[in-house]
Amino acid sequence: MIDFSGFTSAVAAALIGLGLAGGTAFAQSGAPAPAADTWSGLVTDVFDDRPMLDGAGIISLEAPVRAEDAAIVPMTLKAALPAGDARSIRKITLVIDENPAPVAAVFELGETARVETIETRVRVNSYTKVHAVAEASDGALYMVETFVKASGGCSAPAGKDPATAFNNLGQMKVKQFAGTNAVGTARREAQVMIRHPQFSGLQMDQVTRHYIPAWFIDELTVKEGDALLMKVTGGISLSEDPNIRFSYMSTGAGPIAVHATDTEGKVFEGSFPLENSGT
Amino acid sequence: MPLVPNARERSIGGFYETKDSPYYITRNDTALHNLWRVMSFGANRILVYVLFILVLSSGTALSQGNTRPLHVQELAPGLFVHQGVHALMNAENAGAIANVGFIVGNEAVAVIDTGGSNSQGEALLAAVAEKTDKPIRYVILTHVHPDHIFGSAAFLRRNVAFVGHVRLKEAMEARFAHYLAANRPEMGSHLDGVELVLPDMTVTDSLTLDLGGRSILLNAWPPAHTDNDLTVFDPASGTLFSGDLVFLEHLPSIDGSLRGWQRALDGLAAIPATRVVPGHGPIDSPWPAALEPERRYFDALARDLKAAIDKGIPISEAVTSAGLSEAGHWRLFDTFNRRNATAGYAELEWE
Repeated sequence: MIDFSGFTSAVAAALIGLGLAGGTAFAQSGAPAPAADTWSGLVTDVFDDRPMLDGAGIISLEAPVRAEDAAIVPMTLKAALPAGDARSIRKITLVIDENPAPVAAVFELGETARVETIETRVRVNSYTKVHAVAEASDGALYMVETFVKASGGCSAPAGKDPATAFNNLGQMKVKQFAGTNAVGTARREAQVMIRHPQFSGLQMDQVTRHYIPAWFIDELTVKEGDALLMKVTGGISLSEDPNIRFSYMSTGAGPIAVHATDTEGKVFEGSFPLENSGT
Repeated sequence: MPLVPNARERSIGGFYETKDSPYYITRNDTALHNLWRVMSFGANRILVYVLFILVLSSGTALSQGNTRPLHVQELAPGLFVHQGVHALMNAENAGAIANVGFIVGNEAVAVIDTGGSNSQGEALLAAVAEKTDKPIRYVILTHVHPDHIFGSAAFLRRNVAFVGHVRLKEAMEARFAHYLAANRPEMGSHLDGVELVLPDMTVTDSLTLDLGGRSILLNAWPPAHTDNDLTVFDPASGTLFSGDLVFLEHLPSIDGSLRGWQRALDGLAAIPATRVVPGHGPIDSPWPAALEPERRYFDALARDLKAAIDKGIPISEAVTSAGLSEAGHWRLFDTFNRRNATAGYAELEWE
């Protein structure tokens, strides 16, 4: 088992530190073209300057051409090693280069889960490159990138209805899309949804002139029975009401269990029996 | 409760401290005076005088150019509206894409939305001055979007009360910096002078404002177009200023709640108006018939999204087809439909 603890704290620092440092720069920049050197800086800060191999054929990243709604931009990641490769994909990092907090999420994948597809939703503040980096079990990093154009001028990354998000805090839902695959026999798909306002920390109270602190889900673990499917370390670039849909190999060993914590130390848990046929 | 707070109370946050200070008013005069002294010293006074007059007159011409009154139409006695163009905010339209207007009572004026740039706000201010000598007492902001609030600075320091939904302030604080940055590439220098102007008076449910022999009724709505929608009804003329709760021709944009907006339609229809000034679209439209196009669109979009969600189709795929049957009925459909589908999917999948 790989020890992620050091990495996790480094990412947490990046999630928060870059968020604070980036806030000012973001507020002043309206330029459509992303800075050329943002990614090389992120390779240093987030990946410790480790070499980035071409991810073509190993990982793909699908994003809309334009961030239609700046607060909810679907991103689909697909990762698989070629047949016969003895290694496995252990981790996928999703980076929105020009966001105030660029590291949207780090997905650590369970050893037996063989997660291949992950769809989630992120905030996109401006015209930006987006990077996905898959880490194989030998530590090799594979990277792909794409662009997303900024949304129209009346769309914002902030939540649409923060009061309702707050009132429903922690409400959880797991959808299962088993198709024709019976429990325990094959690849299944699940979607984990949790209500959380995901405050960015970039909102200023104009009377006190203080920023309202960031408040978001920082860790979310999904298991089937005792088997880890994925552990997600997230930041403020994940949309309000974090939402992760993924495919995995089911063992049929037990219910889907979700455990999440936020930056205030609140814990959200739920257990959902496997369904024989999902919707 | 004092309905019209003075400038000192409004500047409590310090945000407008500089401009509210008495020095601000005299700063330009002092600068001119200094310029005159410096230029005059030991030089040809006649030449300097000519130059000085040129500087002064060009400045006057500029300021006159900036305050050309916005074209408004009088829909009913004392009720004036400017119709915006169907476009996104850009340098060509200077942000003047939303319908804005004002209502004149026996004593005072209420302005409804300030437009998408400081220059549009100034032009609206000039239009009020052109049509009436009554003072503006209220500036009502129907919601947080930049095409409705970016002209607000033009009305500062005039002893007016800015009025908004109880949730408007929070939405402004969360979004204003982003709106400025996001519109800069298209708007450029048209954003100069745009300031964040927070509401002085808030509406939680409803509020009646007296303009002198003419009372207008403000209603705050649950999340629909945004979470801070406010409508203004003028019983004297039977006119409803719906803000962006009503779109005509221009596809609605959902930035609050699809279900909430569907629910709001019935409540809106109950308002005893005969005409509506929508947020976007023809400014003299029949009421409540004007609600039907967007009701039809929301129903189609929600039906498509619900079907996709029930079939397990992921959001990235569902948004490419939901609502497409409505494409021929609306302007700016391609600009807003996929956005609406995205927001609607994320909302409806919790049902």
